Amino acid sequence: MQDFGAAFGEAFALLLGFDPALMEIIGLSLRVSLTAVFISALIGLPLGAVLGVSRFRGRALVLVLLNTLMGLPPVVVGLLVYLTLSNAGPLGPLALLYTPTAMIIAQSILVTPIVAALARQTIEDMHAEYDEQLRILGVGRGGMVATLLWDARYSLLTAMLAGFGRAIAEVGAVLIVGGNIHHVTRVMTTAIALETSKGNLALALGLGVVLLLLAVVINAAVMGLRATAARWAHA
Amino acid sequence: MPFDAPTPDRKDGQVLPIIGRGLVLERAGRRIIDNVDLAIESGGISIIMGPNGAGKSVLLRLLTGLLNPDAGSVSWAGRRPDRTRAPSVGLVFQKPVLLRRSALANIRYVLRGAGRAERRRRAEQALARAGLGHLARSPARMLSGGEQQRLALARALAPDPDVLLLDEPCANLDPAAAGAIEALIRDARDRGTRIVLVTHDVAQARRLADDVTFLHDGRIVEQTPAASFFDKPSSSAGRAYLDGRLLID
Repeated sequence: MQDFGAAFGEAFALLLGFDPALMEIIGLSLRVSLTAVFISALIGLPLGAVLGVSRFRGRALVLVLLNTLMGLPPVVVGLLVYLTLSNAGPLGPLALLYTPTAMIIAQSILVTPIVAALARQTIEDMHAEYDEQLRILGVGRGGMVATLLWDARYSLLTAMLAGFGRAIAEVGAVLIVGGNIHHVTRVMTTAIALETSKGNLALALGLGVVLLLLAVVINAAVMGLRATAARWAHA
Repeated sequence: MPFDAPTPDRKDGQVLPIIGRGLVLERAGRRIIDNVDLAIESGGISIIMGPNGAGKSVLLRLLTGLLNPDAGSVSWAGRRPDRTRAPSVGLVFQKPVLLRRSALANIRYVLRGAGRAERRRRAEQALARAGLGHLARSPARMLSGGEQQRLALARALAPDPDVLLLDEPCANLDPAAAGAIEALIRDARDRGTRIVLVTHDVAQARRLADDVTFLHDGRIVEQTPAASFFDKPSSSAGRAYLDGRLLID
């Protein structure tokens, strides 16, 4: 077991030296999680907005389901995606298992309910305020959704950042469907788990520091966005 | 690019006369509007007065199609209210609902059918008319209460509506801000927009009204030229209201 202080020292040396192995893992992590958040936004924002302005029989049930999906266990999602993409699964012929694409699919499934549920709440609150005004202007349902999405953009970015936080920190699903293959599907969280088990604390700590820094950056970004929104009265 | 409202061309938007026949609206077993007949035809300023709870705001929502009556009907130029003609019916609420955009973008939102430059020109013109030209780039929701109400009024007038309904637009405004709103209302009237104004302010009603509709308990109890109403109201409810005796049930 390495000395704790020495491990930290090595970790910072790897970080400051832009160690290629470390950078590769960080790059793949960001590519997978950012793509997953982008896909989740494409699906979750319109879905949340439509749910926010619509009233239909069974809506309460849909909302309960959506909110429940926010807490999906990553390993369960990983298992379901694994079964779907494995050779015996319906999408087996696509040969996506143990690829970054499989990891993006798994993370998208995890993040989409978060983005949709937060968007639904934001849009519903704003809709209560805007509804009569937009109707008196002759704005239809589609226009209303588009207007609300645009005017809620700062709050919705917060929802997307929350989704990114979930994706980048997730380990169970990407481990199952990605396999933690060196130079192929190894991301920060799976690498930390592996390197820790191997006793290579320097790399694990280096990656851990990056993850923590990302958490700080995400929180700072959220606070900055909220401050900007308040300054411009978008809140 | 921010999304803008699908405002149809003005030529498709004829709505006058607006006629409500036998309007009834019930909520929780109580008749909020009780068999009201009302016609809004071209020209002038009509004031709707009445104590709190008389049904004034609800009546405006029925006439604009925001609410559907439980009985009776509303027609715009002989047809049911419809979304494509909605921009010809402006409505300004007591508490303005402004989009989370700049003052200029709030007005540009309601203008369509012209090119980008033309929309901008018309939006700037509408802002200037409301005395808000210098605040074009300011976030709408950061403006003062009076400025926000003027912006809401400018936005409602920007599509050049046939009729403009205002629901206590000067409530909570100081006299100077209220005066600016009144000036905009007169200007709109002079340019041919029919005005229907709900107000509690008797002095304001005296300054603006061509005719007065007095509402009490969801019913129209008096509908008369302004001079008649203020000099010699024919209903006991109208007299009591002008004397400052409250009529709230």
